[in-house]
Amino acid sequence: MITEIRTGTLLEVKHISVDYGSSKGIVHAVNDVSFAIEQGQIFGLAGESGSGKSTLVYAIARLLQPPAVITQGQVLYYPTTRAGSESSQAGEAVDVLALNPAQLRAFRWRELSIVFQSAMNALNPVLAIGTQIIDVLRAHDPCMTRNEARSRALELLQLVGITPDRLHSYPHELSGGMRQRAIIAIALALNSKLIIMDEPTTALDVVVQRDILAQILRLRNDLGFSVIFITHDLSLLLEIADTIAIMYAGRIVEMGTREELLRAPRHPYTYGLLHSFPKLHGPSRSLRGIPGSPPDLRSIPSGCAFHPRCSFTLPACHTVVPALLPVASEKSKAPSLEALSSGHGPCVACHLYTTELNPGGPPERLESEYVN
Amino acid sequence: MSTKITTSTTEEPILEAVHLKKDFPLRKVKLFGAAEAVHAVEDVTLVLRSGHATALVGESGSGKTTVARLLARLYAPTSGTIRYREEVIKARGERALQGYRRHVQIVFQDPFSSLNPMHTVRHHLSRPLRIYGHAHTASEEMQLITSLLERVNLTPAEQFIPKFPHQLSGGQRQRIAIARALAARPSVLLADEPVSMLDVSIRLDILNLLTRLKEEEQLALLYITHDLASARYFAEETLVMYAGQMVEGGPSEEVIQQAKHPYTQLLLSSAPDPDRFGSSGLQGNHKVAPWIPAKQVVSGNGSGDVPSLIKPPGGCRFHPRCPYAMPVCQQQFPPRRELGRGHWVHCFLYGGAHKTDAKPSTDVTDLQGQGGLEQSRSLNSRESIQ
Repeated sequence: MITEIRTGTLLEVKHISVDYGSSKGIVHAVNDVSFAIEQGQIFGLAGESGSGKSTLVYAIARLLQPPAVITQGQVLYYPTTRAGSESSQAGEAVDVLALNPAQLRAFRWRELSIVFQSAMNALNPVLAIGTQIIDVLRAHDPCMTRNEARSRALELLQLVGITPDRLHSYPHELSGGMRQRAIIAIALALNSKLIIMDEPTTALDVVVQRDILAQILRLRNDLGFSVIFITHDLSLLLEIADTIAIMYAGRIVEMGTREELLRAPRHPYTYGLLHSFPKLHGPSRSLRGIPGSPPDLRSIPSGCAFHPRCSFTLPACHTVVPALLPVASEKSKAPSLEALSSGHGPCVACHLYTTELNPGGPPERLESEYVN
Repeated sequence: MSTKITTSTTEEPILEAVHLKKDFPLRKVKLFGAAEAVHAVEDVTLVLRSGHATALVGESGSGKTTVARLLARLYAPTSGTIRYREEVIKARGERALQGYRRHVQIVFQDPFSSLNPMHTVRHHLSRPLRIYGHAHTASEEMQLITSLLERVNLTPAEQFIPKFPHQLSGGQRQRIAIARALAARPSVLLADEPVSMLDVSIRLDILNLLTRLKEEEQLALLYITHDLASARYFAEETLVMYAGQMVEGGPSEEVIQQAKHPYTQLLLSSAPDPDRFGSSGLQGNHKVAPWIPAKQVVSGNGSGDVPSLIKPPGGCRFHPRCPYAMPVCQQQFPPRRELGRGHWVHCFLYGGAHKTDAKPSTDVTDLQGQGGLEQSRSLNSRESIQ
């Protein structure tokens, strides 16, 4: 079923930049970011707080309010034909940033929905969760009768593993995990093709987190939607995402499939992230983490924003911003079929992998920098 | 109170809790029957030694924070004793406890709410210095604040002294909270999930800072977490708690690599671990946490929840979620079973006669599938499959 779903690009983000105006100067939160998401794909976005990952997806969903301004770029959405749908323009790209309010309203929730981090704040505390689901259904489909909406709400609750008798429960009567499930049910209400999940499990316990992740995967496999999954926990993404993009100071510094990132990380920052969480197995080693702290986005370091924290700097790193370029897969390993078919080869924005600037090639063991 | 100074060796217990129990009475009017209470902590015994870290692991609702608060004497225990350097702590009331708090300090989970937004870093650090009589003059105070900030790697210190909490990042705030605890010059530091609110990359910094304090200043540390990997990284000893009961404990490496209790195994299998499945990950085999019985996953009714502690399940409180539950589990709490090398477990699966060969597999994933479990079931004479 999966192979059938993954037939084309669903969303394409081209050179998007977002600035926040502030009295102390302009904050360049997102800088020239481009990527594409396939149908049915889970696209992971990882980075420290302040790396611009939330701003990026809010820009895609057109949720940004002033002082945030999208200064350049394009977000193209490729609608798919759906059974019983009135939309006839399948295959034609929709420019999300150019939609008028009425079109935007139709686009949101039908095509794209969001699961926010804090389920308690996203749900209305004075309405039962059933009411909130029915609200969504009837707001977007006024022809739907109350009974139809109610049975659809029950169906949705069942889908995310909440017993139907919880339809009349208020958010405070549910545990954290169940609230998060309810939010996911609301996001699924209109069969959105793309669901943005902004740290959906950060506030949850490990056991509940695993439950929710398994649920997301199962629903993805059954319903075939795509997910943009944001988290600062790379260890989580390595288990769930198909493709992972690492963000640093508003730019994507490395992008590749899960396997590539785990086995052959390239950017020194990715190395640092991969070695900043202790492992459950293997020899216990003392980890050094990434020295320094993330930059102030008002004054991003010149050249590669990571250079003050990097121990492999070349002269060019101080002056030239590295572009996100595809790199050759390691010869010893055949590129994964998945990567070939999706066109998502590994990409890295680092001068170490540019032959002109670094003829010696990248250092053999970046890892030794981060582990004692 | 207790200001008795003894020369500490690494093996000497600094802080001991013996059979601690805490009930929180509910303010519900009941005409008949006994008053209800939340049984948050049942029978916790633990020992903290200087230069050693002990990790207390469990989900939310397992009572681990209550244990920290009992040890900090923010709550008075319902029963049980706390001993600091062999002296029983009995006092009630804030003033009487001041002497105790001088030695035992706590760092809270959320650095966004544990610092007063109205006060500067200077105020936060000068209060304990004044209260515990370490600084008498303003210049002395300034000097101590600077050295405290340097000890928690906030340099240049002068830059941080006039700042307010909102001007600091989460990691910096947590360092201030640690510096504030250190200002009292404690010998015991209770860290209640000190890193769970922080970014992954900053967590390591804080853990490394705590490791340095533990080693250089011979602090006795209680590290509360739900992350077993960080417990392994940071603590010599790991204790696992479930719904107020201690279920397993021992040297961290032993507990994590040779996890015996089904709950510890559930925690282990739930933790993100990219290495575990090689490249297949959670995705490859559409894995549902295999430890949760399928019926619970389908109904979704509290599969990941700690039970209500007002009327907790009888016997071993884990039995409603345990895939190996036996009738005996509902009736009594299993006794402590020593497994050697300091490793112990409260679980009937490890009957006395079989304690050496029950559950021989070390690999959790292996156990989940087939072999290990069946083997341990057949080994156990009291087993009856439900």
